[in-house]
Amino acid sequence: MRKIGPFLFLVALLFLGGITTALLRHNALGIPFAPGDQQFIWQLEARIQYDAEAEASQVKLTLPPVQNGYEILSETTASSGFGYSIEQAEQRRAVWSRRGARGEQFLFYKLELRSDPTLVVDDLEPPEASAPTWIEPFETAASQVIETQLPQSSDGPSLAQQIIRAMNTEPLDQNLALLLDQYSPAELLDALLRTANVQARMVQALALEDARRRQSLQRFVQVWDGDRWLLLDPATGVVPRDRELYLWQTEAPSVLDVTGGSNSSVSFSMISQTRSALTVARENSEEFRLSLYSLPIAEQSMFKLIMLLPVGALVVVFMRLVVGLKTSGTFMPILIALAFLQTELIPGVTSLLLVVAIGLLIRSYLSDLNLLLVARIATLVILVIGIITIVSVLSYELGLIGGLTISFFPMIILAWTIERMSILWEEDGPREVLVQGGGSLLVAILAYLVMDIKTIEHLAFNFPELHLCVLAIVMLLGRYTGYRLMEFMRFSDFKQVLKD
Amino acid sequence: MGWISPFKLARHGILGMNKRNCAYIGRYNERERFPLVDDKLKTKLICRRAGLNAPKLLHTVRSQHEIERIENELAKLPAFVIKPAQGSGGKGIMVIIGRDGDEFVKSSGARLTLDAVKRHLTNTLSGLHSLGGKPDVAIIETLVIANPIFNSYSHEGVPDIRLIVFQGYPVMGMLRLATKQSDGKANLHQGAVGVGLDIGSGQGIGAVQFNQPVTRHPDTNADLLELKVPNWHQLLLLAARCYEVTQLGYLGCDIVLDENRGPLLLELNARPGLSIQIANGAGLLPRLRLIEEQDNFYMSVEDRVAFSIEHFGNPDNARQPALFNETQGPRPASA
Repeated sequence: MRKIGPFLFLVALLFLGGITTALLRHNALGIPFAPGDQQFIWQLEARIQYDAEAEASQVKLTLPPVQNGYEILSETTASSGFGYSIEQAEQRRAVWSRRGARGEQFLFYKLELRSDPTLVVDDLEPPEASAPTWIEPFETAASQVIETQLPQSSDGPSLAQQIIRAMNTEPLDQNLALLLDQYSPAELLDALLRTANVQARMVQALALEDARRRQSLQRFVQVWDGDRWLLLDPATGVVPRDRELYLWQTEAPSVLDVTGGSNSSVSFSMISQTRSALTVARENSEEFRLSLYSLPIAEQSMFKLIMLLPVGALVVVFMRLVVGLKTSGTFMPILIALAFLQTELIPGVTSLLLVVAIGLLIRSYLSDLNLLLVARIATLVILVIGIITIVSVLSYELGLIGGLTISFFPMIILAWTIERMSILWEEDGPREVLVQGGGSLLVAILAYLVMDIKTIEHLAFNFPELHLCVLAIVMLLGRYTGYRLMEFMRFSDFKQVLKD
Repeated sequence: MGWISPFKLARHGILGMNKRNCAYIGRYNERERFPLVDDKLKTKLICRRAGLNAPKLLHTVRSQHEIERIENELAKLPAFVIKPAQGSGGKGIMVIIGRDGDEFVKSSGARLTLDAVKRHLTNTLSGLHSLGGKPDVAIIETLVIANPIFNSYSHEGVPDIRLIVFQGYPVMGMLRLATKQSDGKANLHQGAVGVGLDIGSGQGIGAVQFNQPVTRHPDTNADLLELKVPNWHQLLLLAARCYEVTQLGYLGCDIVLDENRGPLLLELNARPGLSIQIANGAGLLPRLRLIEEQDNFYMSVEDRVAFSIEHFGNPDNARQPALFNETQGPRPASA
C-alpha cells in the first residue's frame, strides 16, 4: 500500500486550503456564510415626456429626498442627446438641457431602492409656518372651519386629524364643501393648517406597488409634531408605517419644470424584487470578476445545481462505504436527488415510483420479445418518455399539478434503473429488488435532504473552494477500512458462532 | 437479525468489505490482471497452458451468425454447459444434461427447445448476463459429473468449493451446496448453503444459509458437519497453483470435484465474498496477517499448502491418515 503519510498530508492540505480560501474570501469580499435575509428591492423609473418647441429646452426633475425606510442603491438616467447634471436647490434636482431639440422628447430617470424599515433619518426643524393668502369667500369659510375645529384639538397633528375627519364625514360641512369645490383635499388641508399657524407642508409621494406602470405622484400633507414630520393622507388620516409610500417632492415647489417645451408630464413605473444581501453586496463590488457571478444568470442557476453534485456524491460515498447500503447504480441516487430538488420530495417520490412500477410491468413483457440489449434499453427510454407524457397530461387534466414536474427525471437513468431492476427481479427475486431499490431511494432522499438545506446550497455555490474540503473527506473515506454499519447486522450471527 | 458489536468483530479478526477492498484486493491484486479472472475464457486459456485441471472447453460463440448454425455443433455434444465469459454470480449459466428427442434437458429436468437455447446464447452475446451489460462471448464446456459423495448433500447442481488463496496460501474454504430455494444454484445470496471447511482436512465445521447457522441440509436433511471433502490435498494444491498462474494475491478459487477427473478449477474470482467467514465461524484477518508476516517469497506450492494445513487446519481433524507426509514444516520467519 502507498504510504499513508503523504496521503494524509494531501488531504489535510486540501481541507485547509478550502477552509482558508473560504475565510479569506469571506473577510475580503464580505460574502456572507449564511444564506442571509431576503431584501426588498424597488426599481423605479420616472418617464418624462414633453414637446420641445424652442431652440433650447431645459427640464428639471425634482429628485426624491433622503427619507425613512428607503436607501437609494443606484440612480441612472437615460436621455440621448441631452446634457445632464444634478443641481442642489431645496431638494436635489436632475437637470437635462438640449439645444435644437424638436418634437416629442422622452427622458428617463431610474432609481433602485432598498426597503429597510429600520432606516431612520432625522428631519430638520422647519422654518415658521407662513400663512397662505385666501380670497373671498374662501377666507371666511376657512376661518370658520378653523374656529370649529381648533377648540377640539391640542396641537398641530390633532388639528390636522380633526380636519381630515371633518372632510371625510357625510354630510359635509357647508364651509368645507365650498372649499373642497375650489381646492384639492391635500391643498385645502395644507392651507387650513398653515392658516391655523401649524407647521405643515404639502408633499407628493409615490405609492409603491409591484409591476405598476404610468403611475403619478399622489398628494399628501406633512405636519411637524415638534420632532419630526408626520405624514397625513387627506382621505384617511395618519399614514401607517407599513404603507409603502416613497416621498418624492417635499421642499421643492414643483416636481417637474420644463422650459422651452409644452405638454410636459412625468409618469412612474416600478417593479419590486426580493434579493439576498449577497446579491446586493455582489452588485456593489467590482472584485467579483472572474468568478461564477460573472456568468449569465441562466448559467449561474445551472451551476447552482452542479455545485450541489459533490455534496450528493459525499452522501452516496458515506452511505455506501460507512453505512453499507446497496444502491442500484453507483451515482444514480444523486441524479434522482437532483430531480427531487426540482419536484419537491413527495411528488417526486410518488412519480418516480409510479414511472418505475409501470416501466417494470412493461419490461416484463419485453423479456418475452427477446430483444438485444441496446435495442431493449432504447425501447425502455422511449417507453419511459411515453409514460411520463401520459402521466403529465393525465395529472394535469385531473388537476394534479405535481404530475407536471415528472419531466425533471433523467429519462435515460430511469430506463436503466428499470432495466437493472427487472434483471434483478428475474435473477435474484423481488427481495433483492426491494433491498437495492429501497437503498437507492433512501440514499436519494438523504442526498436530497442534505442538498436542500439552504445553508449548504448557499455555501456550495458562493464558496466553491469548500468543495476542496468535500474532496478531502471523500478521499479520506476512500481509505476507510473499518467495518460498515450494515456489517454489524450481516455478521451478527457470529454472536452464536464465536466464543468470547 | 441483531447487531454485533464492532469490538467483537475486530477481536475475532472479521474482515470487513472496506478493508477487503482497500487493504487486500487493492493492494495485492493488480488491476491489469483482473481481466484474467473476470473473463472466464481467458481464465480457461491460461489454466490450460499451465496445466491446471478444468472442465474442457468445447466451443466458443463469439457472434450472432455463429448461433444460426450452432445446432451442428451441439449435435455432437450429449451434455454441455453454456456460460457467459464475463458473467458474475452464476448468472446466465445453462446446464444441459441430455436430450429428449429434439429438446434439451436441463439439470432441473426442464425441457428446452433449440430456439430457447439459441435465445439464451443471443442474450449472452448481447451482454445480458455480464458485468455492466458489456457484449460478451459464450463458452460451451464439458458438463461436470458431480462426485456422488455429495449426492445426499445437494439439491440439483454441482456443489463447488470456494477457497480463498492469499499470496498462494489457501487460507479458508467453503463448500457451497445448492438448495431448492437457491433454484439449484450454488449462490449464497440466493439461498445456497455454505459449509465451512477445515483447511487441514476438508471436514465440515459449520454451515450457514441466508447468513443463519444451520447443521442440516434443508432439502435432504443430511448432517452437514459429517461431511468431508475427498481429494482435499489435491484440491488445495490446485488452488495454490492458481496464484502462480494469475499473480493475483487475493483470490477466490471455485473448484468442483468431478467423479472421473477429480478437482477441476471452475472459475476464479478477484473479489471473493466475505460470507465464507460466517460459514467457518472464524475471521480471515488473523490468517491473512500471519501470511503477511512471512517474507518467504520462494516457497513451493507444496510448502505453502503444508504451511496452511499446519497453521489454519484443526489438528483434531488431521489425525486421520495423512497422505502428505512429505511436506516439511514452515521455515521460521526471519526477523
